[in-house]
Amino acid sequence: MNAPVYNFAYLDEQTKRMIRRAVLKAIAIPGYQVPFASREMPMPYGWGTGGVQVTAAILGPDDVLKVIDQGSDDTTNAISIRKFFARTAGVATTTATADATVIQTRHRIPESPLHGGQVLVYQVPIPEPLRFLEPRETETRRMHALGEYGLMHVKLYEDIARFGHIATSYAYPVKVNARYVMDPSPTPKFDNPKMDNCPALQLFGAGREKRIYAIPPYTSVVSLDFEDHPFTRYRFDAPCALCGADDSYLDEIVTDDQGSRMFVCSDTDYCENRQAEGHRGSESAAPHKERPHG
Amino acid sequence: MTTVAELPAGFADKVLSAQTTFRSVMDAMARPGSVQRVTAVSGAPASLMRGTAAIALTLFDHDTPVWLDPLLSETSDVAKWLKFHTSAPVIPDSSISSFAVIGEPRALPALDRFAFGSNEYPDRSTTVILQVESLTMGPAFELRGPGIDGTAVLRATLQPADLFERLAINATLFPRGIDVVLVADDAVVAIPRTTRLVAKGG
Repeated sequence: MNAPVYNFAYLDEQTKRMIRRAVLKAIAIPGYQVPFASREMPMPYGWGTGGVQVTAAILGPDDVLKVIDQGSDDTTNAISIRKFFARTAGVATTTATADATVIQTRHRIPESPLHGGQVLVYQVPIPEPLRFLEPRETETRRMHALGEYGLMHVKLYEDIARFGHIATSYAYPVKVNARYVMDPSPTPKFDNPKMDNCPALQLFGAGREKRIYAIPPYTSVVSLDFEDHPFTRYRFDAPCALCGADDSYLDEIVTDDQGSRMFVCSDTDYCENRQAEGHRGSESAAPHKERPHG
Repeated sequence: MTTVAELPAGFADKVLSAQTTFRSVMDAMARPGSVQRVTAVSGAPASLMRGTAAIALTLFDHDTPVWLDPLLSETSDVAKWLKFHTSAPVIPDSSISSFAVIGEPRALPALDRFAFGSNEYPDRSTTVILQVESLTMGPAFELRGPGIDGTAVLRATLQPADLFERLAINATLFPRGIDVVLVADDAVVAIPRTTRLVAKGG
């Protein structure tokens, strides 16, 4: 054997115990960021070290793992994390949302509804929603303790004063179980309503910032807004060019230097399923081949 | 004097037994009132139920001071077993314990004897592991809160009879509070601090 032999799912047992205890407290106090002794992982910060540690602590040999990066199953980050666990834990992997028991995600929630047997693990860069408003940890911690979130409303109000609408389009702050204001990680605000009353357990891991937090299933998650400026989702006003979906979150793809562009589903599994079902978009003559534009 | 050789064994397969046990406890915590099963097999001192022993082997270590109730600390069996398998310090002061294991639920001390955490760090609170008679038969407890779709009904024979009334302080204290894990043999039910009793029936 040339390959080094690691413990099941890479992490040592003491580390897993520590993370598991943090996960349990995180579930018991929805939206509260539990500090944990984040370890160095064999990948750089920003590549999902927090999510990987949470996944490693919960993963078992019977689990089926799906990893997405901005909705896509086939980008570098998603593939390497999937391979990491296939190699260190020997778990089955999938790209099908419905088949997965554990889904690790970087900044998207799958379009297909999640079900009760699933755990969604988010990779989080900056867990503290108040951090850019108040840099001192002692102060943000006190603000959470007192439930003092006026500053966040001021920030959203300043958006309205400057742009005429709430211009925050991702990492849109939410209030969990009517108590803690939480950063849903930099998911597009399009995904915020999917967190509310979700049947799946949602866990959040921030490796560099050393925080774990959670939303239990069937928990209220409300996007902050004002009565006269209610929360709205945002999506490009176009159908997917490959599958024609008009209800999915879209990526904008620039196709030449003449200003041409196309919009396609960010969730690759959702898009491929729709194409397999026979749905077609404007560019779907040969969806898996490149063809010249312009 | 018990020698190491006479101590009941721990998990035969530490890694995977701890993983399945954790998932049962995590599912229990995420879905309060639902009954989860502990399947991992381990030895255990006579006064610890299977579920309790598995949870201890899964979650306790040198970072978690553990408090044992008078029944479990009557003899040194449980403390010795815990120390050998988990290295957890067994301490006499329940107010600084990470876990409290209650073998005789009728004698559950007043909840303010345990750690509630602080408003800044509500996670620094005691998780109380309570061994009860049954988690499948008995009076119905209707529960609601995060993790529950509408309401959940738990049928349980448990002591103290006023457990849920006592846990009502969790509503006032939140985000501070006590999280409870009920164990009956291999059945596990969690009552995190967000769970509220709606109704109690026969």
